[in-house]
Amino acid sequence: MALDPTLVGRSYPPSAVYEVGREKIAEFAAAIGESSPVHRDADAARAAGHPDVIAPPTFAIVLTLSAAGVVVEDPDVDLDYGRVVHGEQRFTHHRAIRAGDRLIATPTIEAVRSVAGNDLLTTRVDVATEDGEPVCSATSMLVARGAG
Amino acid sequence: MTATVRAADVAVGTELPEQTHRVTRADLVRYAGASGDFNPIHWNDRVATEVGLPGVIAHGMLTMALAARAVTAWIGDPGALVEYHVRFGRPVVVPDDDTGAEVVVRGKVGALDDDGRARIDLTVTSGGEKVLSLARATVRLA
Repeated sequence: MALDPTLVGRSYPPSAVYEVGREKIAEFAAAIGESSPVHRDADAARAAGHPDVIAPPTFAIVLTLSAAGVVVEDPDVDLDYGRVVHGEQRFTHHRAIRAGDRLIATPTIEAVRSVAGNDLLTTRVDVATEDGEPVCSATSMLVARGAG
Repeated sequence: MTATVRAADVAVGTELPEQTHRVTRADLVRYAGASGDFNPIHWNDRVATEVGLPGVIAHGMLTMALAARAVTAWIGDPGALVEYHVRFGRPVVVPDDDTGAEVVVRGKVGALDDDGRARIDLTVTSGGEKVLSLARATVRLA
């Protein structure tokens, strides 16, 4: 079943505030085997010019994945999630995410396509502080493989 | 910002130090918990094979994160990575043993711009096969 092309541009309400904790950053860094002290030690991060410990470049997925859940739950988005694989991912960083950030994520459907029987859904999640400072955007392309 | 690689020190074609990572089932469980991605294809063989995969596969986002480490280690500041785009080509199958899968990351400077930014083109393989069909990071040089 092809996705409805009029979904392109649909935006969803902003998420609740996600408060970035030092321990969460350290946990994520450990899970990707990253040992740089700027993810663990606030003094080391400050010495490197950051206000507090900063997150690794793909950390934003922690909040953008759950924020994109509203797209998944939208009854108008007819995607067979049992057949979905992650096709592409992009991050654009305005600055590094850091401990203490209070972030809001706003999802938008950026593109829908149908290629060779597969449905492609591209969702962009814009992440900003609750004061409106842009922090990053995460764009995910999901592929629902055709039933063959 | 404390990127340690200066624009004057790099040219198109400059190679980054290669990195090799081992990914075991335990790493997948740890990444699932840290990221909040509990899709069972990353920890349950029964579900993975039911959806047509050869077995449990690594999170694409874990492979993406491992690949970025080659870039941030080289540039010296994780905050210097401003743009990062990957296309997932083939899955990293992680066997249920103590060895796991090997992920090898190579990178080289693909382009330089006038604003002091470098585009790093990454080649990420597992078992000799490319697992990311495209992987590009843009970094701000010192």
